[in-house]
Amino acid sequence: MAKVLMKGNEAIGAAAIKAGCKYFFGYPITPQNEIPEYMSRELPKVGGVFLQAESEIAAINMVYGAAGCGVRVMTSSSSPGIALKQEGISYIAGAELPCVIVNISRGGPGLGSIQPAQSDYYQSTRGGGNGDYFHPVYAPASIQETVDLMQEAFDVADKYRTPVMVLGDGMIGQMMEPVEFFEREPLKVEKPWATNGTKGKRKPNIINSLFIDPQALEDHNHRLEEKFELMKKNETRVETFNMEAAEVVCVAYGTTARIVKNAIENCKKEGIEVGLIRPITLWPFPEAAFDEISDTTKVFLSVEMSMGQMIDDVKIAVAGRRPVEFYGRSGGMIPTPEGVVQKIKSILGRE
Amino acid sequence: MQERAIFAGFGGQGVMSMGKLLTYAGMIEGKEVSWLPSYGPEMRGGTANCHVTVSDAAIGSPVITNDATCLIAMNLPSLVKFEGDVVAGGVIFINSTLIDIKTDRDDVHAYYVPANDIANDLGNLKVANMVMLGAYLKVMHPVKEESVVETFHKLFTGAKEKLIPMNEEALKRGADSIVIA
Repeated sequence: MAKVLMKGNEAIGAAAIKAGCKYFFGYPITPQNEIPEYMSRELPKVGGVFLQAESEIAAINMVYGAAGCGVRVMTSSSSPGIALKQEGISYIAGAELPCVIVNISRGGPGLGSIQPAQSDYYQSTRGGGNGDYFHPVYAPASIQETVDLMQEAFDVADKYRTPVMVLGDGMIGQMMEPVEFFEREPLKVEKPWATNGTKGKRKPNIINSLFIDPQALEDHNHRLEEKFELMKKNETRVETFNMEAAEVVCVAYGTTARIVKNAIENCKKEGIEVGLIRPITLWPFPEAAFDEISDTTKVFLSVEMSMGQMIDDVKIAVAGRRPVEFYGRSGGMIPTPEGVVQKIKSILGRE
Repeated sequence: MQERAIFAGFGGQGVMSMGKLLTYAGMIEGKEVSWLPSYGPEMRGGTANCHVTVSDAAIGSPVITNDATCLIAMNLPSLVKFEGDVVAGGVIFINSTLIDIKTDRDDVHAYYVPANDIANDLGNLKVANMVMLGAYLKVMHPVKEESVVETFHKLFTGAKEKLIPMNEEALKRGADSIVIA
């Protein structure tokens, strides 16, 4: 298929439909409104359902219901809206149902701003709701990667019976880039657990996240933990760049990683070698990439559009083997390559 | 080659469309492209701008900070806001119908195009953006003018098809307005 020029938000909708998503429940919020707009126009054409709920909480619970029926379903929102959905996400994780949640994030806390930000890292990767759970979080850096990961997200959700989050910032949602949709068959997964009617032939399925018996809940927690370990083993994604002789290794995800790549080029011109570890999955965090570090590397630098959240995972992965520094902008301010270069020089004492 | 252009004006002047056309034309030519709009709370008639990158190599940051190779300013606030973001030796296109001052920069090439006047002569003020794009393509060559015309044919279909000749004419008139010394 030829390349088409698409806005990130529309590309997300198109990729979801390609992945066999037939149901969308959501509530409007900037900067992701083109997703529900696209879905409201396109889902009816493929026999699907678009429904604008009365609130984010209603929308995520509609997702919960549809996922329980075994269909491919998604919702999308932006930071404060995702915060409202966390109760539902926790229930869905507890009930082990597959669905995709898109967060085109914006500045915070509270209503914050509508400009790009990455200050939902904790919310996304630490189980934003209550209880012991994690779900995969994909952080695309381009529109092409966004559509590829959307298709992947639905497969992974079905495979592990888990909610999956795709986390972009306002820039990913709003910008246009050429994309190519690769024909890939959605993973076919049997869903014998789905509450889609017994037709008198089987016992009713029950979908629930409530376990009255403590032992039963602990057993359930252990089973979930096994699943999380399996996802860590199989679903971790990372890109590394210019690592061989790097004096400084930056860690950045999403659009920030692209800004860092520009900074790396600028540093090269000045004779400073800088590498990049770009987590594509924020959970599972690509810890193994931190074990293959060159002897030339003196320090890590976490670059984020936040006051410093991913840096915690960087420190865990580095495990004290090198110092970890931070550079970030927040509130909708976007880091510049010059800002990153300056920070690198200041760390190396070469201002 | 990497062109990093800022298109800026007030809402309704078609600055987003100018940027999209350039981006689309770049894609047709197989170049790497990105289009990043400003978005946010703006009052009616407020400013609008987009950042367009057209490149032979993969594009890093789609954000243009202080390294624009070119600014297309359709109104005065846009010139004031963005002229400082153009690199030395860069180019600024100024819609001289609406902007009655000269740029403060003496280290850039400035072209003054009476885009609204030319569009008015053509009988449609709405094509002022295409006049400006024509002028831009005469000087800067991130894409061929033919590719922009091809883009017209891809984007203006059905009832919009009748708009193609007017837009082509606007491109041409914009290009003709530029005298390269």
